[in-house]
Amino acid sequence: MWLYSLKRAGLAVVIVLCTLFVLFALLRFIPGDPITIALGPRATPEAIARYVEKMQLDSSLLVQFLVYAKNALTGDLGTAIFSERPVATIVMEVLPNTLILAAVGLGWSVLIGVPLGCFAAIRPNSPLDRITGFISVGTIAVPAFLVSIWSLLLFAIELRILPVIGAGEDGDIVGQAVHLILPAFAVGLGWVGYLARLVRASMLEVMGENYIRAARAYGLPQNTIVYRYALRVAVLPTITLIGIGFGGLLSGAVFAEIIFQRPGAGLLIYDSVVGRNFPIVQGAVLVITIVYIAATLLADLAVAWLDPRVRETL
Amino acid sequence: MALAAPAAEKRYSERREKLAAFMQNGPGVFGLVLVVLFFVSAIFAPWIAPYDPNALDIPARLSDPGWAHFAGTDQLGRDTFSRVLYGGRVALKIAAIGVSLSLFLGLVFGILAGYGPRWLDNLLLLTFDTVRSFPLIVLALATVAVTGPSLELVLVIIIVTSIPGYARLARTSTLALRNTEFIVAERSLGAGNWRIMGRHIMPNVVGPLLILGAMDVPVVVTVEAGLSFLGLGVLPPTASWGTILNEGYLVIRDTPWMVVAGGVPLVLTTLGFTFLGEALRDVFDPRLRKGS
Repeated sequence: MWLYSLKRAGLAVVIVLCTLFVLFALLRFIPGDPITIALGPRATPEAIARYVEKMQLDSSLLVQFLVYAKNALTGDLGTAIFSERPVATIVMEVLPNTLILAAVGLGWSVLIGVPLGCFAAIRPNSPLDRITGFISVGTIAVPAFLVSIWSLLLFAIELRILPVIGAGEDGDIVGQAVHLILPAFAVGLGWVGYLARLVRASMLEVMGENYIRAARAYGLPQNTIVYRYALRVAVLPTITLIGIGFGGLLSGAVFAEIIFQRPGAGLLIYDSVVGRNFPIVQGAVLVITIVYIAATLLADLAVAWLDPRVRETL
Repeated sequence: MALAAPAAEKRYSERREKLAAFMQNGPGVFGLVLVVLFFVSAIFAPWIAPYDPNALDIPARLSDPGWAHFAGTDQLGRDTFSRVLYGGRVALKIAAIGVSLSLFLGLVFGILAGYGPRWLDNLLLLTFDTVRSFPLIVLALATVAVTGPSLELVLVIIIVTSIPGYARLARTSTLALRNTEFIVAERSLGAGNWRIMGRHIMPNVVGPLLILGAMDVPVVVTVEAGLSFLGLGVLPPTASWGTILNEGYLVIRDTPWMVVAGGVPLVLTTLGFTFLGEALRDVFDPRLRKGS
């Protein structure tokens, strides 16, 4: 387990370094000089001199990259154009909104999707199983950003029962929760289908295993067999899927934030791309990618901890 | 999709059997119908569309669906139904190029990883893992920030991020094949590595990849529509399902029809390719089911 954790964490570090390199290289590809890109067209000569000094822009590219990587990893993501506030502060202000959205979206889909898949697998080809299959394909077929647009249209504009945009006022918990309903619905809907299908498939497989037959032969009650013995094993692939799919979830969150104009890392990146505020784009993309890498790492470690066979593979 | 069919006479009956099994699969046939519809409407769009997709008709702007305009008009009075049909051409183009190139490159890298030396395998696996560790849309946003929106960029992002899926599948099948008797026999007869990989491994590995490719079409089409919706992919005035949704989103308080018309073909395409892909998989290669 320790060896596996070490290797897996090493891979995560490599990926973070790759991310840093890609982001560093991207800014060098922009036509124009890196100073104007980082400081904006209205930077004073003093600011430019300070920036060249700080990022060591008169040294070799390798040194520049190392300086950039060191700054980024110690939490210094530069300052935004125009407002000149630290990028790290700007990103951290809105990041909780994104994480809450992703967590609530994932949460409700797990609460609905896993039991659906489980019940469907206990009675294959029953009406419930067929309905679950229909719901699964239906929810998977509608992309998350389309769910956002259509639910905005239906609930906020036609029916007028939920607020349209924003995240609610600070301190107003009820208002914030109400503002969360539509985006979280949109982010999680596709996952209900995915999870239900995955849990159903692995439950069916596990229910055919010998140890389940043995448990039946001992005369254990059906509920004990299903929940104590089968579901525990069947839920393992789901954990990996949640980890791998966290990126998909974050992408859905990006769209949901833009469509519902909900403050968050996704909306921040989008607004900065449109406004050509590159330091914010660079910083926010780095933070989101690190969150994503951390999530996949945790999911992989959790699976390895639950299922020793996985540890052999890396 | 010949999966190691041994004798010629057996192959014929086997094919008929598979075809019969496919026709029994209700969702699969339904999916096939939708997929055919997707191809036909995209290819014959200029003949089917009642209007020029870019013809303006300001007096008739934002009109509701009716006999004159099946799906209504947009804020410039352009016929939404015609624009949806032309948008299908963009989707088809992206899907065809994106899926075929990433399938081909994934096949090559996957066979190399599975058949080549150990260090190459490790290096390629590490690369696949790294690529898969990036959140796709966020990466796309960062790149677009630098280069500005373009269709080519959308394609490159799609191809780079889908290669690992195909490559992993090809690698697994190659690993299973590399020590089978017929490969060992080829080697002892003096066949070179390239010949073995190209003539003997490739045909046996490609089948499952084609099925994966069919199931990948919705992903590609959705990414294109999503990026175009954000104004980061196909640019107006070109009609694509994403730009129709984008323009419809801007006037969503005035008319609901544009975001409905731009979204329905996306859902139908996704349903079609998903059902078709799953039916093909169940008929030709049930083993794949576990992995999905």
